[in-house]
Amino acid sequence: MAVTDQPVSFLQRRTVGERHVPRGPSTHAVRARVHMAMAVFALVYMAIGGRLIMLGMSEESKSASYISAQDSVAASRPDLLDRNGQILATDIKTASLFAEPRKILDVDEALEGIASVLPELGTDAVRRRLASNAGFIWLKRELTPRQRQQIHDLGIPGIGFLEENSRFYPGGPTAGHIVGSVNVDNQGISGMELAVDRAWLGDLRELGFASDRTMEPVQLSVDLRVQHVVRDELVKALERYRAIAGIGVVLDVETGEVVAMSSLPDFDPNDRAQALEKDRMNRASGGVYEMGSVFKGFTVAMALDSGKVTMNDSFDATRPMRVGGRTISDFYGKGRILSVAETFIYSSNIGTAKMMLSAGIDRQKEFLERLGLTSRLQTDLPEVATPLLPPRWNELAAITISFGHGISVTPLQTAVATAALMNGGRLIPPTFLPRSREEADKLAKQVVSPQTSEMMRYLFRLNVLSGSGRRAEVPGYMVGGKTGTAEKIENGRYVSNKRRNSFLSAFPMDKPRYVVLVVLDEPKPEREGVSATAGVNTAPVTSAIIRRVAPMLGVLPKFGDKTETVSISY
Amino acid sequence: MVSRADRSPFAEWLWTVDRFLVAGFIVLMIGGIVLSFAASPAVAERLNIDSYHFIKRQAFFLVPALGLMLAISALSPRYVRRAALALFVVSMLLMVATLFVGMEAKGARRWINMAGFSIQPSEFLKPALIVLAAFLMAEGGRRPEVPGTLLSTLLFVMSAALLVAQPDFGQTMLLALVFAALIFLNGLSWLAIVPLGVLGLGGLVSAYMMLPHVQSRVDRFLDPGAGDTYNIDRAIEAFVSGSWFGRGPGEGTIKRILPESHTDFIFAVAAEEFGIIVCLLLLLVFAFVVLRGLRHAAQDSDPFGRLATAGLMVLFGIQAAINMAVNLNLMPAKGMTLPFISYGGSSLLAMAISMGFVLALTRRRPQASRSDSVVVSRLSPAHLS
Repeated sequence: MAVTDQPVSFLQRRTVGERHVPRGPSTHAVRARVHMAMAVFALVYMAIGGRLIMLGMSEESKSASYISAQDSVAASRPDLLDRNGQILATDIKTASLFAEPRKILDVDEALEGIASVLPELGTDAVRRRLASNAGFIWLKRELTPRQRQQIHDLGIPGIGFLEENSRFYPGGPTAGHIVGSVNVDNQGISGMELAVDRAWLGDLRELGFASDRTMEPVQLSVDLRVQHVVRDELVKALERYRAIAGIGVVLDVETGEVVAMSSLPDFDPNDRAQALEKDRMNRASGGVYEMGSVFKGFTVAMALDSGKVTMNDSFDATRPMRVGGRTISDFYGKGRILSVAETFIYSSNIGTAKMMLSAGIDRQKEFLERLGLTSRLQTDLPEVATPLLPPRWNELAAITISFGHGISVTPLQTAVATAALMNGGRLIPPTFLPRSREEADKLAKQVVSPQTSEMMRYLFRLNVLSGSGRRAEVPGYMVGGKTGTAEKIENGRYVSNKRRNSFLSAFPMDKPRYVVLVVLDEPKPEREGVSATAGVNTAPVTSAIIRRVAPMLGVLPKFGDKTETVSISY
Repeated sequence: MVSRADRSPFAEWLWTVDRFLVAGFIVLMIGGIVLSFAASPAVAERLNIDSYHFIKRQAFFLVPALGLMLAISALSPRYVRRAALALFVVSMLLMVATLFVGMEAKGARRWINMAGFSIQPSEFLKPALIVLAAFLMAEGGRRPEVPGTLLSTLLFVMSAALLVAQPDFGQTMLLALVFAALIFLNGLSWLAIVPLGVLGLGGLVSAYMMLPHVQSRVDRFLDPGAGDTYNIDRAIEAFVSGSWFGRGPGEGTIKRILPESHTDFIFAVAAEEFGIIVCLLLLLVFAFVVLRGLRHAAQDSDPFGRLATAGLMVLFGIQAAINMAVNLNLMPAKGMTLPFISYGGSSLLAMAISMGFVLALTRRRPQASRSDSVVVSRLSPAHLS
């Protein structure tokens, strides 16, 4: 540069740039500082952007109670079907109202709004819960669609709805005791609902796999049509005979499937509160009763099967027996010597007791054990009662047991044991799930000989043709059965005007397909001057049931020679 | 469109101003109004005033703010200095007055009533101080006899003292940060930066030790279990529940819960109602404005223009970053408005003035070239020989 520092003239002294950057940090260095600031800002803004993206990708974390609530309500259950595919129980979607109190802005406003739709929630207790600092509270489960819409329209912040599966039973009370019910979290609490939970659904739910998936429906052995008939006839019978309770069981003798089982008064599983009423318990499998004279069938079968008694033996029933200070007498006292068949059809306590004694007390005890009448019935249904046995199985106990007193068993158990006597002597544990004949054959246990079974069929049929069960006859279906009229115990004593009547039957007797048991608790005479024994109430009820269900069950009627069974002689 | 041949002042302005920056500021102002619709009715209802009170006021201030920004952007750097000086003097006087006649709120006197409006003079002090400090530093760099850095430090200390007296530690911190940035940008040697940085850290630590509310805020940030993190928890919930696309305008709940939802937590409100994508776009606009402003500064060969632009952009950028970072729980809670977006007449006007300064300083001007000039000097032939 041709510039000198020598001050030659003022013009020469001027150098370009001196005014601008004479000294200090160079322009380049300062520019670098600004670039550094830019880099720092870029980093900070990128960090903010990264944080935004992170939050955008994070799932909304609900409070723990919300999550558990959602898990439990979302749990779905398989549909329950009857043996023909009719729906007994199914899931429907409902909405449940919850609040997240922490998010509620104005508790008063929220409470007022909710109470305008659901007045029952307008209480101080609800206000306290809303004002709390809880993350999640239920307000009301299972709203109707209209309620849901109304509350939704209020637009209250901090409250919301959870879709949940709610159990619906289209049949109402029809098969209530078999199907059972669920709690508000859709968990089975009784009946087959509970059985399904215990069998596999509960584990699935525990593992978290049960939420909101569609599951294969579970088919039951019950036939909804038959179930309806049984219940319908029981309802009519309860009304006609002013009975306080009724039980009806239809059991497939070949497979052990329970085709119908009704216990009145029953409950509507759609109304959970009803299930808690003590009166509405399942008497058929969950109650034990002294079955009375229907037990004589077991005694006769035991005696015949033991070989100690044959059909041709007879027993002196002229005088009452005195055992252990008690008198055993007959209700329909014939006052003469009775054959085995007569003992059965006249329902002679004395004859039955003597028959039992001929076979032996130990044998009786062993036989009842073999029939499963002394232990808790093993079946799918959870509501199964354990039989009440006499404290000491002495002579008196054995005698009373021979005609059905002093031992309390479940009606279902009685039907199951009877099925064994009808089907050729094979005891098949009952089931509420479909079972094929082959499966049943594998489970079957021979408890009496086929010959004994044949004789029992003859006796049952005879009793309907010419004994106490005449009113049970259905033309063409060859009904056989045994009446039972048990006096009820009140305050430790048998009272004669309160009875538990039963009719234990099977049809058709040439080759029995179904056992039908009907029990009426405290039936009253239909009108003045008529007795209230089993023959006049439970027998006609059984007849009505068989008349209606036999065609449904595919049992073909046989008309013709009426002497077919009576002609058999032993 | 105005012809380039047109030499009217408007045409000159239009062709020299950075139109992208202008667009960015206008986008932010409009965004502020939109978000005000989301956030402020809930606050107004809580205060039992007209639902649209804050929106109306925000819109009311928007017009003068925009006008002021554009008018200032037409100034030459010389007039920017003068305007800053006038603003500085006025706001200093007002700040002194605030200490005596200001309105007391939450234990601090930060507002003063003027002609029916409440004004926060400290908002106007910040840009004025930055421009003046930049001028003094640049002048000090040019003329050794001017103790630029010392004088600007004096101004800063005066301002900071008034802010501490209010007290307003947030603004003090912000101003200190920006002033430190100015000194750094002015090319302070690294040898001096290290001890000053240590000193600054010491100041922060002592603030943490001495001031209980600073301590509690930092503690709560570092250990969320230690104390009440209600506001920030709700804000994070708002981001999460808004997710990418938001719950929809009017569907947010956080605005009803947080007391400062129309100012300090407007970013969270935006996220809940309009979604994180909108937040990212907003962030992008801020980043664009800040980086573009700083790039202008880097290219400016005039030290005053460079320092003033950079300082104002740093103020703008730090304020936005702090607001968003607090909303996102990236730093301890500190009430800081989001420039142009948060509600507040004073902050809106002051921001408009600041950005007006930036626009004025970044207008394209004939600049000294970096290349070495060929000097044609009239030298005597005798000298050449």
